[in-house]
Amino acid sequence: MLRDITLGQYYATESVIHRLDPRVKLVGTIFYIISLFCFRNAWGYGAAIVFLALVIRLSKVPFRFMVKGMKSILFLLLITVVFNLFLTPGEVLVAFWKLKITKEGLVLAVTMAVRLTLLIIGSSIMTLTTTPNNLTDGMERLLRPLKLFRVPVHEVAMMMSIALRFIPILLEETDKIMKAQLARGADFESGNLLKRAKAMVPLLVPLFISAFRRANDLAMAMEARCYRGGEGRTKMKPLIYRKRDYIAYLVLVIYLVGSIAAGRML
Amino acid sequence: MSIILDHVNYIYGEDTPQAVHALKDICLQIPDGQFVGVIGHTGSGKSTLMQHMNGLVRATSGHIYYNGQDIYDADYDLKALRGKVGLVFQYPEHQLFEVDVFSDVCYGPKNLGLDKKEVELRAFDALRKVGFPQELFYQSPFELSGGQKRRAAIAGVLAMKPEVLILDEPTAGLDPKGRDEILDQIKELQTQTGMTVLLVSHSMEDVAEYVDRIIVMNQGSVLFDDTPHQVFAHYKELEEVGLAAPQVTYIMNALKENGFCVDTSVTTIKEAADEIMRAFQ
Repeated sequence: MLRDITLGQYYATESVIHRLDPRVKLVGTIFYIISLFCFRNAWGYGAAIVFLALVIRLSKVPFRFMVKGMKSILFLLLITVVFNLFLTPGEVLVAFWKLKITKEGLVLAVTMAVRLTLLIIGSSIMTLTTTPNNLTDGMERLLRPLKLFRVPVHEVAMMMSIALRFIPILLEETDKIMKAQLARGADFESGNLLKRAKAMVPLLVPLFISAFRRANDLAMAMEARCYRGGEGRTKMKPLIYRKRDYIAYLVLVIYLVGSIAAGRML
Repeated sequence: MSIILDHVNYIYGEDTPQAVHALKDICLQIPDGQFVGVIGHTGSGKSTLMQHMNGLVRATSGHIYYNGQDIYDADYDLKALRGKVGLVFQYPEHQLFEVDVFSDVCYGPKNLGLDKKEVELRAFDALRKVGFPQELFYQSPFELSGGQKRRAAIAGVLAMKPEVLILDEPTAGLDPKGRDEILDQIKELQTQTGMTVLLVSHSMEDVAEYVDRIIVMNQGSVLFDDTPHQVFAHYKELEEVGLAAPQVTYIMNALKENGFCVDTSVTTIKEAADEIMRAFQ
């Protein structure tokens, strides 16, 4: 029932992108997102599309798999397009009843749709090619300077990796409890809003209890292995930049400068 | 009056690279009043198969008939079916949610749309049938012991008065005493009410004493489907798929190999004891 969420789920395979240091991928994603918001003409988006296509090709994640993940945000995309299309004032192209499509609206809607799609596919490449653990490791390392301002970077990163780790477990648990209550004649789909909200109680109470139970067990297991937070903690696989990571940084800088130059000047 | 499975196939995650063929061409008939043991290794498809019986999981292909009606018919009332085919999940105590045991047991029959009096009567009856102590009726289900929680959860399904009761590993995580108590209770229930019971387990020992028929599942297919005596005669093949016959089967076979004239088809400890006594006389 709930297994169809593929947006940003790790896709296990061997590729250059998979092997890159998570820090490179994090910084790269941020660069890429910044670049998307700097463009003023189609050339920039063209450059972004080419760059993205190249990265997808290198990552060896089937494009079909990414598109499948996009389905869940199709609705959001549709709303954005519709609102921009009908509610932007300007030179009227088509008008019927109270709705009118303006030239500016059309341009804006297309731009927004392209930008959003590129944004989501681009950032999902990061999560598709990096395991959650690696990702939080990278984030922890990148945010380390914040420690000077007494931000508990390690603890935040640990919380994030635990949260990410628990998503599939809780999804599975939800599925199981849902089935168990369906077997007892529960009905999650009919009735008005209030009735449906009430029908969720037999699902949510056991789910919360099980989440607390799991949290308790995990805390116990961590303590049993002498976990005491980030202080003096070393890594089994410390993050080290290799040659390919420096090359990737170089490519990123070239892309950023090149695409923004194209997107703003041409 | 029976459940018939006709060439049922089920594939998890169809159209993905991780597709798993969980059930392969299952054909079964389960007549009324039978006590059936379903045995298989973890991942053999037994739980998935059980979830087909009340329409929780829809087969990728094939048909399932309950009392002669195809449950995949567009106008078939699946909710009503779930009242007739009661399914107790693994670790059923994880589904408890109400403030006290009694209201939790009421949840099932209430969903069937019965009036309050009938609901409470059924809940009371179900709790008594599973041997739940009356002084704990209004306790919070979360304060009970593991065995009592399990009883309360089983009562929750029983209160719907199903014609078929499916129990998915009802003894998982219980101590030997709790296990025997639950199994005895189920057997008693089955003989008293004559309902069809399907008991899923991975332990031969558990089911050998109780059931009339054993279905052995292996990698999504039915490996054996016969009386316990017949199934245990294949104990060597059972071992190959990671299952084992009850201890007594091994003892009797060892005795026979060493020249004692005993019948190796006995399944329970009592039968074995009688058989050995007979052989020595």
